Amino acid sequence: MQVNENNEFRPKIVAFCCNWCSYAGADLAGNNRLAYPADIKIIRVPCSCRVNPMFILRAFQRGADGVILCGCHPGDCHYTSGNYYTRRRMAMLFSMLNYLGIEKERTRVEWVSAAEGAKFAATMQDFAEKVKALGPNKRLEDLRCKQ
Amino acid sequence: MQTITRDILLEKAASLLASGTVNRVLGWKKGEFIYDVTPAVFTNAEDMYRHFTFDCFCGANFSKYLIKETQKEGKVLVFLKPCDSYSFNQLLTEHRFDREKVYAVGIPCDGMMDASTVKALAPEGLTGAERNGDALILHTLYDGDVTVSYADHLPDRCKHCKSKKVVAYDEMLGENGEVTDAGRFDEVAALEAMTEDERFAFWQNELSRCIRCNACRDVCPACTCEKCVFDNPGSGVENKAISDRFEEKLFHVIRAFHVAGRCTDCGECSRVCPQNIPLHLLNRKFIYDIDRNYGDYMAGAEEGSRAPLVNYQIADPEAGEVVSGAGGDKV
Amino acid sequence: MQRIGVFVCWCGSNIAATVDVHAVAEAARHEPGVVFSTDYQYMCSQAGQNMIIEAVKEHHLTGLVICSCSPRMHEATFRKTAANAGINPYMVEIANIREQCSWVHKDMAAGTEKAIILAKAAIAKVHLNTALTPGESKVTKRALVIGGGIAGIQTALDIAEAGFPVDIVEKEPTIGGKMAQLDKTFPTLDCAACILTPKMVDAAQNENIRIISYAQVEEVGGFVGNFHVKIRKKARFVNEDVCTGCGLCTEKCPQKKVPNAFNLNMDNHRAIYIPFAQAVPKVAVIDPNYCTMLKTGKCGVCAKVCTAGAIDYKQQDQIIEEEYGAIVAATGYNPISVEKFDEFAYSQSKDVITSLEFERLTNAAGPTAGKLLRPSDGEHPHTIVFVQCVGSRCAANAAKGKEYCSKICCMYTAKHAMLVRDKYPDTDVYVFYIDVRTPGKNFDEFYRRAVEEYGVHYIKGMVGKITPENGKLKVQGSDLIADKQLHIDADLVVLAAAIEPDKSARPLATMLTASMDTNDFFTEAHPKLRPVESPTAGIFLSGTCQGPKDIPETVSQASAAAAKVIGLLSKNTLKGNPCVAQSDEWMCNGCSSCANVCPYGAITYENKEFRMPDRSTKVRRIAKVNPAVCQGCGACTVACPSGAMDLNGFKNNQIMAEVDAICK
Repeated sequence: MQVNENNEFRPKIVAFCCNWCSYAGADLAGNNRLAYPADIKIIRVPCSCRVNPMFILRAFQRGADGVILCGCHPGDCHYTSGNYYTRRRMAMLFSMLNYLGIEKERTRVEWVSAAEGAKFAATMQDFAEKVKALGPNKRLEDLRCKQ
Repeated sequence: MQTITRDILLEKAASLLASGTVNRVLGWKKGEFIYDVTPAVFTNAEDMYRHFTFDCFCGANFSKYLIKETQKEGKVLVFLKPCDSYSFNQLLTEHRFDREKVYAVGIPCDGMMDASTVKALAPEGLTGAERNGDALILHTLYDGDVTVSYADHLPDRCKHCKSKKVVAYDEMLGENGEVTDAGRFDEVAALEAMTEDERFAFWQNELSRCIRCNACRDVCPACTCEKCVFDNPGSGVENKAISDRFEEKLFHVIRAFHVAGRCTDCGECSRVCPQNIPLHLLNRKFIYDIDRNYGDYMAGAEEGSRAPLVNYQIADPEAGEVVSGAGGDKV
Repeated sequence: MQRIGVFVCWCGSNIAATVDVHAVAEAARHEPGVVFSTDYQYMCSQAGQNMIIEAVKEHHLTGLVICSCSPRMHEATFRKTAANAGINPYMVEIANIREQCSWVHKDMAAGTEKAIILAKAAIAKVHLNTALTPGESKVTKRALVIGGGIAGIQTALDIAEAGFPVDIVEKEPTIGGKMAQLDKTFPTLDCAACILTPKMVDAAQNENIRIISYAQVEEVGGFVGNFHVKIRKKARFVNEDVCTGCGLCTEKCPQKKVPNAFNLNMDNHRAIYIPFAQAVPKVAVIDPNYCTMLKTGKCGVCAKVCTAGAIDYKQQDQIIEEEYGAIVAATGYNPISVEKFDEFAYSQSKDVITSLEFERLTNAAGPTAGKLLRPSDGEHPHTIVFVQCVGSRCAANAAKGKEYCSKICCMYTAKHAMLVRDKYPDTDVYVFYIDVRTPGKNFDEFYRRAVEEYGVHYIKGMVGKITPENGKLKVQGSDLIADKQLHIDADLVVLAAAIEPDKSARPLATMLTASMDTNDFFTEAHPKLRPVESPTAGIFLSGTCQGPKDIPETVSQASAAAAKVIGLLSKNTLKGNPCVAQSDEWMCNGCSSCANVCPYGAITYENKEFRMPDRSTKVRRIAKVNPAVCQGCGACTVACPSGAMDLNGFKNNQIMAEVDAICK
C-alpha cells in the first residue's frame, strides 16, 4: 500500500506475465501508448505455469494489494499445455484464498495474447480500479513487512 | 460381520512372522493414557504379545511409515484400515516405497475414537475407555462408568466417512466394506455459504491458535517430501516458528495446496492437531472444488491415477468460472 | 557479492520524455551491490554498448542491469555485449522502462517512481543470477522415416539427396502406400503408378536409403539428435536378399483363397504373394495365416519351385536397433469404415463401394483389369451415384463420423465422375455434395470441366437412404437447389468415405512423446509457423498423419519436413537453451509429478544410492531433466511439492526477489 500527497490510496499490484503472449501484449500496449495505472508492475515469466502459488502469497505478504496472472489463451500456449495447468492451479488457489475470506477481486487470471495490447491495458485498468475500491489488503498482510 | 480383535491380528502377525513372510510388523502399542495409542514396529511375536494393542483408539494411519520401513531389510507387515489403504495407494502412485517389501493386511473399520473426543466427554479423572458394540464406556474416577453412544461421538472424519472399503491389500481380514460418502462436504458448504467477512473471522479464529508444531505436516501421509519447503532455507518460505498472523495462513494454504489432488482425506491432520484446528476443512475444500469442477476424483482409490493438478482438460472452467460456493457461486 | 552496473537508456526521448532517467540512475546507485550507474541516450547503439564494455572492465562488473526497452527487443543485443565484455551473457537483466513505463504512464512522477522500482527488481534478480552455459549434445547423422507412402518416400529422398543416410520403416511388405492403389491423379489425370513407381525405385536404389519393409517401430528412447530405436522386422518367410521377385511361387501356391488387401479384398491372391507388380522391394511374402506349410507342416510347393532357394519357413522376426538424429512420422491415413452408416447400405449390397475401392475397379492392374464392372454381377453400370462427405463434416456430438473436412474427396470424386463419363459416355453420373471445395492450383477448373464438358450431374444435397431392390440401388436424396426429393435407380453407388489417421499413429505418438489432437492427427509445434515439426524436438511430421491433404500438398510438406531434418542433421552438435529445469537430487521425492506435466518428456527417473548423514546408504528414486529436451516452461517447478525442481534463469528465489523489490 502506498499513499500519495493527496492521502489517496494507491494499490500495489503485481502482474505475472508470460513471455510469449501477455508480456508481448503489454509491449504492444506500450507501442500503442495505451495508458493504464502505474500501480501495475510486471514480472516476466517464461510461461504462466511457472508461477508458483508461493510467489503470489509472497506478494501479498510483502504488501501487494492485488495479484494478476496473465498467460496465453487456452490452446495457444507456447509450450502447448502450460496454461491449462495454470488454469487449474490458480482456480484452486484463488478459490481457497476466497474460502479463507480473502476478497476475490484481489486475485485474477486473464488470458491476453501478444496481439491484444488494448485488452491488456483495459484489463489492468479494470483490475487496478477494483483493487483500489477494496482498499488496502489487511487480511493477508504481514506486519513484519510493513515499514 | 466378523469383528476384528487384538487376538485375530496377533495370530495373523505371529503366523506371518513365523513363516518368514515378514520380518517386521507395523502395529499399535499402548501409550501412557488409554487414548495415547502409538504406532510401533515389532520384530518378534513375544514383543507383540506383550505390547501390541488394538482397540477403538487405533486411528493412526500407518501408510507413511512404510517409506522408512521399506528401506530396511526384508518385508514388513502392515494393517490397513480403509483410510490407510487410500494413502497406501497414493504413496505407491508416487513411487514412495517398494510394494514388494510390504505385506498388507486389510482390516474393516467402522470409525475410530480420538483423544480429544473422549477427553471432552470426561474432562476429569478418565481412567479407561472401551467399546462394547454400539456403546462407548468411559471409566472415570468421580462419576463411575459413563456410557454413551459410540457412533454419535465419533470424530468428524469418521462421522463423514468417505469409504469403508480397503482398496489395497494382500489379504483381507473380515469383510470388506463399500465406498460411502456421508455428507463430508457439508461443513465446507456451510462455510462457503458465509460472507467473506464471516469466513475470514472463522479462519482467523481457528488459524490464530496454530503454534506451528508441524504435527499436521509430520503425520500427513501426503507430506512425505525428503525436505519440506518450510524447512528449506532456500525455498523462501522457511519458517520454524509462528511469528505473525500471515505466517499461519501461508503455512496452511501452501500445505493444503501441496497436497491438493493428492490428499486422501484421511483426517489425520485434524486428529493430531493439539489446538483442535479443523485442518481437514482446508483439504476437503480442495477435494470439493476438484470434484465439482474437474470431475469426481479420490486420491488413492486407484493406484497410478493421475492427480487432478498435474492433469487438465481443454474444456476446464476458467479461474473466474470455477464453481466454489453454496448455490454455485463463482470465484 | 555481485558487482552490478546499471545502465539507464533514454531511448532518445522515448524514455527520457516521461521518465527522469537521471533520477533512475541515481536511485539505482544506492542499491546494494551496485558499483556503477549511468544513463545514456542510446544504450543499444555502438557507443552505448562500448560504454557498457568499458564500465565492465573499469569497475570489474559481474552483473548488468539495462533499463531500456522490452527484453523482447534488445535482450539478445545486451547479452552479446556482455559476452564481448567478457562476462556471462546470462548475467544481464533488463528493466523494461519503455513499453511498460514511459510509453504508458504520462505522469512523469509516477513513471519515474515505477521505473525506479522496476530497476530495483532487476537489480534484486541479477544478484541471484548465475552464469549459464548452453548444454551441447552430439547429433547422430541418420534419419528415420516411419511410413513408406509418398510422404515418407519424398522425405527420405530429399534427406538422402542431401547426403544423409535415412531408413524407411514400412509396415506393409512394400513401400508405396495409398498412392500405389490409386488409378489417376487430379487435376492432371496422369496415372499414379507412372509418377510414383519411379520414385519408389529411386528410393530403393539410393545408396543413402535403406528400406525396412514389413516392419514396425517397437521402442523409441533418447532425444533430439540421439534417438535410439528398436524396429521389429516381421518374418516374411522369404529371404529378401535371395528372392528375385520372379513370381513363380505366387502362381504355383495351391492356397488360392487369400483376400487381396491391396485390391481391398475384392479378389484373392495366393498364400505366397507379391502385393503388386511394381512392389519395392519386389520380394514375395508368405501370409502365415493361410500358408498350409506353416499351419500344418505339409506342402512346401513354393520352396520346390523357387530356383533361387529363397523360401525359409523357419524365418523369425528380427529386431533391428539403430541410432537416429531425427525421426519423421509419415504414417498416413485410411478411409474410415463406412459400415456404421446403415443409410448407405454398404454392408447390404456389393454394389455400394468406397472411393478407394472404385480406384481399384478402374485401375488397369486392379481386379477387373480396369473395366468398370459392378462387383455383384460383373455388368457394366449405367447409372452411378457418388455420395460425398460420408463421415466428414459431421456434427461434433454425432455418434459416427468426423467433424473435420477430409479435403481430398471433392477433387477425387470429380476425377472419378469425369473418368467414367470419358470412358463410358453412355453412363449417367450423379454427385451428391454439401459443398464443392476446390481451392488449389487448377482445381476449380478441373471441377468445372467435369460439370461443363463431361456433363456430370452435381446435386447439392445429401443422400438420405439407399435401398437395394431387384438388382438396383434405390437412391433417395434431396436436391436443395430445386427443393425437391430425388429418386434415382442406380447400378453403382460410390461413397467418399472420410479419412482418418492410421491406427498405428497413436501408439507411435506415445513412443515418440509427440502430441496428438482428439482425432489422432499429430499436432504441430505451431499451427502456422512450425507446421512440419512436432512440439517434441527432433520429431517431424510428413503427410496426412498431420491432417488431411492431397498429393501435391503431401509432397510439399514432405520436402519441408526433409529440409528441417537436413537442417538438424547438418549440425555436429546441438546447443540448448540454458534456461532449463534442474532438479536438486537431495530434495527430490521421485513422485513423478514433474514428469506428468512435462509436455516434452524431458524428465526421466533413476534409482540412485545416497550416503546419508549417519553413514548409511539409501536408494532413492530421483528425477533427471534432459537439458537437450527441456524447453524451459517451468510447469514442473510448480508441480514439484518439495521445490526440488527449479528453472535456470527464472529460479524461485529470483522471482521472489523481484516480488519483494516490487512490493517494498
